[in-house]
Amino acid sequence: MSLTPESPEIAADNRALIIKGLRKEYVAGNPILKDINLSIEGRGITAIIGPSGTGKSTLVRCINRLVDPTSGSILFQDQDITCLKGKALRHIRRKIGMVHQEYNLVERLSVMENVLTGRLGYVPAWKAWLRRFDQSDITKAFVLLDAVGLGSFATRRADQLSGGQRQRVGIARALMQDPDLILADEPTSSLDPRTSVEVMEIMVKLAGERDIPVIINIHNVDLAKRFANRIIGMARGEIVFDGSPSDLKDHHLTEIYGGENWMEAT
Amino acid sequence: MSLAEAPDRTLRSNALPPNWTRRFGFIALGLYCLYAMSTLEITWKRFIIGLDQGAKFLARLWPPNFAPDKIQMMNEGLLESVQIAILATAVGIILSLPLGLMSARNLVPLWLSSTGRIIIAVCRSFHPMIVAILFVKAVGFGALAGILALIVSSIGFIAKLFAEAIEEMNMKQVEAVRATGASWFNVLIMAVLPQVIARFVGFSAYQLDSNLRNSTMVGIVGGGGIGATLFTAYQRFDYDYVMTILLAIIAIIMVSELLSGWLRRVFQ
Repeated sequence: MSLTPESPEIAADNRALIIKGLRKEYVAGNPILKDINLSIEGRGITAIIGPSGTGKSTLVRCINRLVDPTSGSILFQDQDITCLKGKALRHIRRKIGMVHQEYNLVERLSVMENVLTGRLGYVPAWKAWLRRFDQSDITKAFVLLDAVGLGSFATRRADQLSGGQRQRVGIARALMQDPDLILADEPTSSLDPRTSVEVMEIMVKLAGERDIPVIINIHNVDLAKRFANRIIGMARGEIVFDGSPSDLKDHHLTEIYGGENWMEAT
Repeated sequence: MSLAEAPDRTLRSNALPPNWTRRFGFIALGLYCLYAMSTLEITWKRFIIGLDQGAKFLARLWPPNFAPDKIQMMNEGLLESVQIAILATAVGIILSLPLGLMSARNLVPLWLSSTGRIIIAVCRSFHPMIVAILFVKAVGFGALAGILALIVSSIGFIAKLFAEAIEEMNMKQVEAVRATGASWFNVLIMAVLPQVIARFVGFSAYQLDSNLRNSTMVGIVGGGGIGATLFTAYQRFDYDYVMTILLAIIAIIMVSELLSGWLRRVFQ
């Protein structure tokens, strides 16, 4: 989209996401997502919480079509993502950054190359092959690496970094796309508690500065409450809670995670 | 469970139960080997006579023949062998890259990968010597036949292992790059190749090694190189000259060993 937003409202509209009747069955007749209806406005942090295996990850991965939904629609920038293929799909993916659970950096590439991967939707193959990225992209990659605190790591190979450092590279890669939406699929669950907070802080800050809405799958309720403006609770493939962090009460958590004494166990 | 019901823990056969299937397998293999030896009339006496002949043969190998005309002839043959090996490896590598890619089931649709795998299977079906005979019949005596034969075997080896390396790579890294909106070729360049290129270089270096050895052999059936000279020397009982050639081949293989080790280190 080359459209320059005239006001924050237009930018926000352009970044809003509407999910209607989304259903996904990996095995026919056994839906992991049952009729998800969700409208996410084009700003702020939305956290999706819920137990493992409840379809959080599938939901997020349907949005950029790493998973193909069985039925339903996902409206983003005047297009139904569920119907796109080929070039149109690649073009919408360019606008959706993703931060992955296990960072998923290309281990044998340098930090800089990994960040520049965020521009691959725009770079012809021969240029990528020869690493002839535009100077403006390289400048921008350095700015992002500085912003995530890894300015001096550009030429290191990704497999030499620690988990927290890798995830910060992952965030820089997502931002390198100039995305209109960031999806984060359990971005902290491979990290220790302290690094988790640091990574969340960097992601929320950098996305906030750029007014990019973020959808985060997260199983850590405390992190969700601390960083999100809106919390969506999922259980058994359905949305069972939708509200602000302050509205999330213990009885909601009981409904989401099941059982009565789950909190005392930890 | 009370003690009375528990199996007797003191018995060795309860702790380490014997595997009768495996024992039977070994016994059957041993019996078959004895049977095969009896039908092929391999006896101890035959072996002793053979050893005697072998000693005489070994004695005639030494000293190697370094006569200038012989060395000249050998050098020409060796040079041709090395050229056959290098050309066959280079062309084989170039053809193996796309063939390996199109055979990787995790990157391309099934119909394409199946086609690739059939081509690879055909290339691998025959020993290079048999392929060399085919090409000598098809394109005539000389280095061209040898090169073509070794290209075929190079494709069979490199493309197969390359396809397998691609299938074993980490798909999450590929998925992450795909999620940025990268085209198929960009995913290939920035997510697939970085993961597999080191192994590809390793396979190629190994194949160069293997081609050097095979290129000394295709000459026996008319495919060019040192093989013809070596075979003639054997048949004329010029065992001292055979020795010279064998020493030279060993030297070449050792050099290529060093070279491929260095290549692998550079691309680790």
